[in-house]
Amino acid sequence: MAEFMSLRDAIAANLRDGDSVAMEGFTHLIPYAAGHEVIRQGQKDLTLIRMTPDIIYDQIVGMGQAKKLVFSWAGNPGVGSLHRVREEIEAGRLAIEEHSHAAMANAFEAGAANLPFAVFRGYRGVDLPKVNPNIRSVTCPYTGEVLATVPAVRPDVAIIHALKADREGNVLLEGIVGVQKEAVLASKRSVVTVEEIVEDFGPRSTNAVILPAWTVTAIAQVPGGAHPSYAQGYYKRDNAFYIAWDKIARDKAVFLKWMEENVLASGPETFAAQARRFAVAAE
Amino acid sequence: MTDYTPTEIMTIAAARLLTNDEVCFVGIGAPSAACNLARLTHAPKITLIYESGTLSTRPSVLPLSIGDGELCDTALTTVSVPEMFRYWLQGGRITIGFLGGAQIDRFANLNTTVVGPYDAPKVRLPGGGGAPEIAINCGQIFIIMAMGQRAFMDKLPFITSLGHGTGKGSREALGVKTRGPTQLITDLCIFEPDPETSELTVTSLHPGVTREQIQENCGWPVKFAAAVRETPAPDATELSVLRDLHARTKAAHAA
Repeated sequence: MAEFMSLRDAIAANLRDGDSVAMEGFTHLIPYAAGHEVIRQGQKDLTLIRMTPDIIYDQIVGMGQAKKLVFSWAGNPGVGSLHRVREEIEAGRLAIEEHSHAAMANAFEAGAANLPFAVFRGYRGVDLPKVNPNIRSVTCPYTGEVLATVPAVRPDVAIIHALKADREGNVLLEGIVGVQKEAVLASKRSVVTVEEIVEDFGPRSTNAVILPAWTVTAIAQVPGGAHPSYAQGYYKRDNAFYIAWDKIARDKAVFLKWMEENVLASGPETFAAQARRFAVAAE
Repeated sequence: MTDYTPTEIMTIAAARLLTNDEVCFVGIGAPSAACNLARLTHAPKITLIYESGTLSTRPSVLPLSIGDGELCDTALTTVSVPEMFRYWLQGGRITIGFLGGAQIDRFANLNTTVVGPYDAPKVRLPGGGGAPEIAINCGQIFIIMAMGQRAFMDKLPFITSLGHGTGKGSREALGVKTRGPTQLITDLCIFEPDPETSELTVTSLHPGVTREQIQENCGWPVKFAAAVRETPAPDATELSVLRDLHARTKAAHAA
């Protein structure tokens, strides 16, 4: 049953050295405040799982906390490279398990469905199966078609950012929902940060994406916790920061100084001000 | 109006190939500019889908990322990412996949993974993302890329997504039933696969571009179709709509 905690306690109680962790959010609702808390606490030897590592994993990798990255597209969207991730891979210091988006999405879904592997029509005529031994195949028992398989993703911990929790600890997501529901249901434990905690979700679609309280381990309220990503209806994506990150991350010394000032010497409370800067006008 | 850049004619030539009837899976960057230009000019009813899950989206500015809020705000509906890849892409609901790439070969195979050996990369690129399955599960593929010796390669170091493999019949031999790349729109010309060999062949030269220029920017001996057309120059409307779109986008991303 979901427990309300401070972000610090939620991360400390759920993420240990050597864990595999999926901090998901497909461009939208990326759990930055939680990721920064992981950086402050300094858990080591993490296996980081994310379809699109984004700046959050560039930061964690750059701080030396990851031993392995499982991913399907490691770039700064519309800008270029994730320089910290790229440098570590090029130097051979970071192990990788690389997939396509379809493979990762299917693998999360298989994890949520308690299946050992995912099956899909993919990876034909390409080189990734030659370098990733986890990409295999199965023959359809009905048609004889050979289909691609990948192991289910079963992280130790899922960390996501959502819009709201109610007092019971149920969690609501709207907008681009990515693979967060699958990531939470596939994981042993989950930490959810939310923009706000409400008495009741109020009027909503009967098909809204809701994670019931009994599927979530810990909830922490962190307004603005997705910045520089965004929260639908709350604040917009800080595209200017994504563009600016290219210069910050390119040089290791500049990167470390930025991390010292903006993450290590900071705390989750600073995210609220960013949310106000990019606030969506009330309608 | 005759003043335009090579990138502008590339985007405009690509947009002209799209019609109202298409359901288009849109990559970020140049494909997104071309698809939205088509929507804002001659193809207002074209269906645009981005892999973040947004169906029938109508952004007023180009998204910087594949999942900007603008895409969700203006979409008919937004589905989860597993649903996007399973029901919509693998389900065969997409008529055109629109891709860019870092490197391409004469059979329109693409590399966006690595330059140099995979285990000891010279340059590590972002990777495939949605491309490997877009390339085999969409009805056909359009590719948009600027030409250059480092991009148009005689032999790719890594195949991220399948084009026509090693030539005619490769896709069929792999059990792939879709058509694959049918148009490659560049800043200098348009290539289409030769009907007999599937090798990319120049079918349309942009105004003022010479065959020598194309060869200088290509790492394999370029073939030209028997009848090579000239790409019509961009008209005033196409240019002004494209430039307005870029200006709105730039202002929005700097904010």
